[in-house]
Amino acid sequence: MLRDVAAIGAAMLAVGASFGAMAVAAGLPGWAAVAMSMLVYAGGAQFMAVGLVAAGSPVAAVLAGLLLNARHLPFGLTLGDTIGRRLRHRLIGSHLMTDEATAFTLGRPAGAARRRAFWLAGILLFLAWNAGTVLGVLAGGVAGDPAALGLDAAFPAGLIALLLPTLRDRETRRVALAGAVVAVLTTPLLPAGLPVLLALAGPALLAVRQLRRRAPVADPAAGSPVTAEAAATGEAGASEARVTSEARVTSEARVTGEARVAGEAPVPVPADIAPADIAPADMVPAGRKEESC
Amino acid sequence: MLIAVIVALAVGTYGFRVAGVLLRDRLDLPEWARQLLPVGAAALLAALAATAALTEVGRFAGWARPAGVLVGVLLAWRRAPFVLVVIAAAGTAALLRLLSVP
Repeated sequence: MLRDVAAIGAAMLAVGASFGAMAVAAGLPGWAAVAMSMLVYAGGAQFMAVGLVAAGSPVAAVLAGLLLNARHLPFGLTLGDTIGRRLRHRLIGSHLMTDEATAFTLGRPAGAARRRAFWLAGILLFLAWNAGTVLGVLAGGVAGDPAALGLDAAFPAGLIALLLPTLRDRETRRVALAGAVVAVLTTPLLPAGLPVLLALAGPALLAVRQLRRRAPVADPAAGSPVTAEAAATGEAGASEARVTSEARVTSEARVTGEARVAGEAPVPVPADIAPADIAPADMVPAGRKEESC
Repeated sequence: MLIAVIVALAVGTYGFRVAGVLLRDRLDLPEWARQLLPVGAAALLAALAATAALTEVGRFAGWARPAGVLVGVLLAWRRAPFVLVVIAAAGTAALLRLLSVP
């Protein structure tokens, strides 16, 4: 595991160095490049922002950078359980969540090993990227062109290699391939960042199909109270609540089992989101069991 | 101005990251949705890798890069060590460029 992280780390060190060198060459002060790597910590957005700032369009730099980074929200939803339970861990871990760290973590089996993988990759890659940036700023033009070293090929190859274990699942493979094709085909047409987000269309369609399939079955349970929050969040929230109540009916046994597991230390449930008639066990967030490993 | 750009990018990016992580706890997702999340993340990463492998600023990136990526992926598929995958991909692209393949 350490060796794999070290390999990505070495590549990130080199790309970080070329970022630092390129920022200085574009006329940015050295501290700005270092501050970007520390605070923004998103390679693609940093390169783009430096280019646009140098071209005299700072507003575009911010908008394009944020569009490019919107993909981190779904990453966070996926890794939220893995990062840890404590708020402190979540706040720090969020900043360490990059494409590489996400791909590296997703390839591990759920549980303690996955969490170790996230923190190991997160911390080492952060250090590598920032050390690289400082080196690049200091070395100036010497760090030179990442393309001459082929680093632009190293990153996609590394990312795909990290993804391969996840792609062994047939449905995941289909959805990922479709997303990749859609993103590549729309790249010439759309601003950077959007094509990648379009890859979510596949998973979104699957979600809609699931909701459709479940909605009619759940209708008899429509008498169950729809919480104030579900009503407030509209249709999506309401159907989610319906699905939850249906799941409760069909998996009573499993829920009871969970209740026994969680029974020792009941997880506090914020009263405002707990539907009155749903047992607290229903509200145990995903991964609680995993986290207690 | 430069400071404003950096702060805006930093705050916005961190906002996206932390929003996902903190929302995870607030949402009581049904089982199928929980299973769908990693699928979504894999789709995003695959799209990112594919666009990074094939395109540069909205255009075709030239042959050297995709060739390097292909060598790396084939090695990864044959279960070569990760270090080798990264080095072979970079080496292939660098070598092709040395031979003045775009």
